[in-house]
Amino acid sequence: MLKEKFRNMSDTNLLLFITIVVFFLMYIGAVIFQGKGFLKPQTFFNILNANAALILLACGLSLVMITGSIDISVGGVTALVCMCCAVYLDYKGGNVFISLLIAIGIGLAFGLVQGFLVAYLDIQPFIVTLAGMFFARGMTTIVHTNPFNVENPNFVALKDTRVPVPGMGSVNKLGVYVDAYVEIGVLVAVALVLVLFFVLRYTKLGRNFYAVGGNKQSVLMLGINVKRTKFLAHLLCGILAGIGGYLYFLHVGSGAPSHAQGAEMNAIASSIIGGTMLTGGVGNIIGTFFGVLSLSTIQNIVSSAGLDQAWWTGITIAAMLCLFLVIQSVVMARKKKQVKK
Amino acid sequence: MSKIFRNQIFIPIAALLLLAVFNLIMDPSFFKITLGYNSAGDPVLSGYLMTILDYGSELAILAIGMTLVTAASGGQDISVGAAIAISGSVVLRVLCGRDHHAETMQAPIIVAFLISCVVAMIFGAFNGTLVAFFKIQPMVATLILFTAGRSIAAWINNNELPIVNEVSFSYFGGFIPGIPIPTPFFIAAACVVVIFLVLKFTNLGLYTQTVGINESSSRLNGLNPEFIKFLSFVILGLCVAVAALIKVSRLSTINYSVIAKDIEMDAILAVALGGNALSGGKFNMTASILGAYVIQFLTTTLYKFNVSADALPAYKAVVVILLVVFSAPVVREFLSTQWKKITKKGVAKNA
Repeated sequence: MLKEKFRNMSDTNLLLFITIVVFFLMYIGAVIFQGKGFLKPQTFFNILNANAALILLACGLSLVMITGSIDISVGGVTALVCMCCAVYLDYKGGNVFISLLIAIGIGLAFGLVQGFLVAYLDIQPFIVTLAGMFFARGMTTIVHTNPFNVENPNFVALKDTRVPVPGMGSVNKLGVYVDAYVEIGVLVAVALVLVLFFVLRYTKLGRNFYAVGGNKQSVLMLGINVKRTKFLAHLLCGILAGIGGYLYFLHVGSGAPSHAQGAEMNAIASSIIGGTMLTGGVGNIIGTFFGVLSLSTIQNIVSSAGLDQAWWTGITIAAMLCLFLVIQSVVMARKKKQVKK
Repeated sequence: MSKIFRNQIFIPIAALLLLAVFNLIMDPSFFKITLGYNSAGDPVLSGYLMTILDYGSELAILAIGMTLVTAASGGQDISVGAAIAISGSVVLRVLCGRDHHAETMQAPIIVAFLISCVVAMIFGAFNGTLVAFFKIQPMVATLILFTAGRSIAAWINNNELPIVNEVSFSYFGGFIPGIPIPTPFFIAAACVVVIFLVLKFTNLGLYTQTVGINESSSRLNGLNPEFIKFLSFVILGLCVAVAALIKVSRLSTINYSVIAKDIEMDAILAVALGGNALSGGKFNMTASILGAYVIQFLTTTLYKFNVSADALPAYKAVVVILLVVFSAPVVREFLSTQWKKITKKGVAKNA
């Protein structure tokens, strides 16, 4: 009975199911082995606070990966956004709203150019976005070489705003009840995740994304504009990278060329762990959300287990990525068998 | 005339000439080569051209492997920088043993090199397995090693920085006493000779191209496409080990996060500049190797004009984008139709 159910599950749901199970197993494992720290709601919220930006980057990547493309420039874009906003806010004394517009503008520009090259000129997405990543990293140092903190008062006020979460607080060591909190970035990220989820599931555009990633040939016959759909996916990814970059900026409050080093990697890993298939056509934004949580939980476990040498994080993430890639490969093989039957 | 234009090797040569002319106009002293003496009192040729020959060598060696991987799998290996860190770390680990500042080497260099070759080939085989047997896109499969590689490299040496004090170790990345031309150039030349002999006397080149052009038909013809892809990654592993030996020999030590940084970009660029299709299929090894030296020419030129190392990728990225845009089939078709229109108009006017 259960077996039947598994067999009839669509790939998207099966991978989503695996992801959510893995996340809960991991969290329970963390609670058992790492003690009660992980039981506090605030620990969970801290994971969210630190990863609001990553959630958006990973969502953007999921979109392009669903259409069968890829974008590895998001980390570089994040660094560039941080640096440009930081320079604007501190040197030009600008206001916070315009800095947000700058962030979105940068993301939009990258999305436009990369989307055009990938969709309309039919160049391999990996090469285009690899160049995009190097361009963004290089531009970051050209804009400003040294890392520095932003001291613009309006911005700092926004950065330090904490939104209390009712009923989730805990009593601290002094016996005072402290409300649990999230940062503004988390609210933005969660809201965008929900919007994207509905777009992907219920709008024509969203269904087109899946269709284009699934089978280009039949999609062409159905009369869907493949090029435009791919272009839009890259454009959306660029915008999300811009907003994600701003959230990153909001979290760290500084500009530095080394910001978001390897973020593209984490974002791709989260997407894959979240059940998005590299071959396209399969994926779920909710899964991506859980993918980010799984990834950062693992990072937290690694660092709280005392293995805080930097290399362990890299190795564990790579190992997880490897595992999930192999799972996907197996799922693909299963699908082929079914078709043969 | 059109035959020359159509030849693949025309692209890197044209780029090389363009750069050379640019340098000639800006500052002819770029081409000056002087014979001097290094600190050990040995004759040494120096000058920008020598720098290019010297530092372009690792790139040329990597370009050999990268060309094969590109041709067979239709994707690129982006983990070569990280793999160089691992392989270099292994060399130092074997040479220094447990003591990180050993006065004498604990093992002969050849042993260390062979062990690092094996390790690099194992990592190549790991990538190859993911690509060939699990059918994962090459760039994503190698992303795993790209993330973990430098961490593994640091872990091999317990995050310490071993230093080799022996002079003979520095010959590989420097100069052999009495010979004024940098050794890496000879190593690269040896690798080039080997790969040309292999391509000439075995079917490696033919099979690789066959698999890259059409995997299913190559299978129908009795080839084993999985094995060919796998093999190309292992060969790249070997190239990585040679490049790593040169890299660590230059410094006699290693910096895990900096060594061979962004070299994957250069290696891919070399293949692209050689006019090879990045989507696999036919390849031209000579053009790739020449492409590697052209890339180094570009890097050296940029350095000469005081572009900082951190800002370098931005300029190179622009070059990559221009290259891929002009080599994209869509753009080429568009340009050739435009060209025809223009020439037709010209003919019409003359008539």
